Amino acid sequence: MAGGIKKFVVGSFSDEAVLFPAVKNVRKAGYKIHDVYTPFPVHGLDHAMGLRETSLHTAGFIYAITGTTTALSFMTWVFTKDWPLNVGGKPHFALPAWIPITFELTVLFSAVGMVLTFCYLCQLSPFVKKHHFHPRATDDLFVMAIECTDKTNDAEVKSFLEKAGAQEINVQMAETGWWIGRYDKEQKLYREEKGY
Amino acid sequence: MSLLKYESQQREPLVDGNKDYHQVTEDIISPIEMKPSKLWYIGFYISVSLLLFGVYSVYREVTYGIGQWNLNKTIGWGWDITNFVWWVGIGHAGTLISAILLLFRQGWRTGVNRAAEAMTIFAVMCAGQFPIWHMGRVWMAFFVLPYPNSRGPLWVNFNSPLLWDVFAISTYFTVSLLFWYSGLIPDMATVRDRAKTKLRKLLYGIASFGWTGSTKHWQRHESLSLVLAGLSTPLVLSVHTIVSFDFATSIVPGWHTTIFPPYFVAGAIFSGFAMVQTLLIVVRKVMGLQDYITLGHIEAMNKVIVLTGSIVGCAYLTELFIAWYGQNPYEWYAFSQNRANLFSPYGWSYWLMMFCNVVSPQLFWSRKLRRNITVTFFMSIVVNIGMWYERFVIIVTSIYRDFLPSSWSTYYSPTIWEIGFYLGTFGLFFTCFFLFSKYFPVIAVAEIKSILKTSGENYKVKMTDIEKADAEKFYHEVEHAH
Repeated sequence: MAGGIKKFVVGSFSDEAVLFPAVKNVRKAGYKIHDVYTPFPVHGLDHAMGLRETSLHTAGFIYAITGTTTALSFMTWVFTKDWPLNVGGKPHFALPAWIPITFELTVLFSAVGMVLTFCYLCQLSPFVKKHHFHPRATDDLFVMAIECTDKTNDAEVKSFLEKAGAQEINVQMAETGWWIGRYDKEQKLYREEKGY
Repeated sequence: MSLLKYESQQREPLVDGNKDYHQVTEDIISPIEMKPSKLWYIGFYISVSLLLFGVYSVYREVTYGIGQWNLNKTIGWGWDITNFVWWVGIGHAGTLISAILLLFRQGWRTGVNRAAEAMTIFAVMCAGQFPIWHMGRVWMAFFVLPYPNSRGPLWVNFNSPLLWDVFAISTYFTVSLLFWYSGLIPDMATVRDRAKTKLRKLLYGIASFGWTGSTKHWQRHESLSLVLAGLSTPLVLSVHTIVSFDFATSIVPGWHTTIFPPYFVAGAIFSGFAMVQTLLIVVRKVMGLQDYITLGHIEAMNKVIVLTGSIVGCAYLTELFIAWYGQNPYEWYAFSQNRANLFSPYGWSYWLMMFCNVVSPQLFWSRKLRRNITVTFFMSIVVNIGMWYERFVIIVTSIYRDFLPSSWSTYYSPTIWEIGFYLGTFGLFFTCFFLFSKYFPVIAVAEIKSILKTSGENYKVKMTDIEKADAEKFYHEVEHAH
């Protein structure tokens, strides 16, 4: 799903201690941070960037109770309605004996559901390709991409980033969404190749 | 900021040497980019041959029937189920390390969690083989699933511990795999972004799911890991609890005890950690990762071994005491004659188990021995032999003399195909592990980076200034941080 091509000023930082004040200053100056790409989860960076909390765990809870009810209602239906089995005269509705399976399905639904939701939200899948602002963003650099509008003065943003401690500052035109592609090929977007 | 990253110098560093972020990537990922060593090939070929022998043994069992194994009238569960429980037990350490230690915020797990989780997944794969092939008519294996069928539909028995096992093991495998792979995605992206060859770019490009390292994605990733850890913690305890129910809910003397669930879980963690030690001591040496899997890591795992080993020891003694105290003649006979009597046919296995699991881990009360690699490696194997015998003792000594004394004379010993099947799962396990160590980052790169500045050796030295700093000022700063 393509998000459209936009212009970005990109700066990379080699230390998270420099990155934090830089994020603060860039936001104060009124520039729009598109994203910061980091090689590992930097705690507190989401707050510094003003991102809202994720509600992925709420989704996990909903999947979990779906699992619980699926397991319990299915076993109840099977053993009390569909095929009541007489096991030594014990009750058909054998709740204690169903707890293990109910628990397992709760966990299974929650885990599978959450991982799928996570992949959906972050657009993660095999054969998905995205624009990478810097190849070392997964190695040792913290890469900040600032989105440019018509009114933005590139040179101004560049010098601002330089003052904030960034190295390797450049301007990139980039697709913000994802597309189906391979990483061993320099590929354009599908719609560009087809001339949409 | 810097103050909040403070960790006392009293704590041993988790990453030795003078490292920065790039060096961490280099150290862990470069083995993937190099040709494997001769030793790797030798090990790999041995594993594959074992695997093939296992495949042939299973082929014979499927073709000629379960009689290929020396199971007899009383011993319907021999080596096969012993091996099943043994492998499942081994498969408990990975999730314990990655989930429970994550919740307890144990920094040292970052060095060992990736390999331990991989080991868990491979061990559960091996475990799953045994009940499946034990069915005999393996082409009917799908009968264990509750699906609408033309026989009624006749559903599976949800009250049966054997069915609980089906759900427990398959859920455990799925969740461990998801947990492991979701942690692996960012590291696969690291391999992808530094790849030089086309093939590597293509394959790691596919495997890394288009990961960019976006802050929002990391935030979700953290939330996902935390919740998966929260789910896996009761899951890992439930799996071996349910495996123990296979025994504990029966009325066989020696199995019918309420102590089984906690005792099995402790034993599982005990043997799992031993297997992690066996593998990681080799991996750190062969791949030169001594800076990341330090003596401190090995010592921490040995502490878990001595703790769980002692819990297992307590359980053995409690079981024995209760068998006597309970005054049930059958129960007491199973313990006093079938097991503890050294001169009974299987008495040797009981005492071997006692020695390996209860006596030998006590060595680890000594710090010197905990930090000795040779001793640890030797002990890790002793523990796993002991834990194999525990399952053997539980299964065989409880059923070889059943309620019908006319069946008693049969002494059970396995056939070559039964042993071959077991060796085959070793082949499967090590083939998978060799491939993993060649093609995957064996240490969680991103996680090591996130603890580097608090627990790296060269960063710890810089803590001196902070230690001298004014505590009052620090509290003030923390209080007004937001």
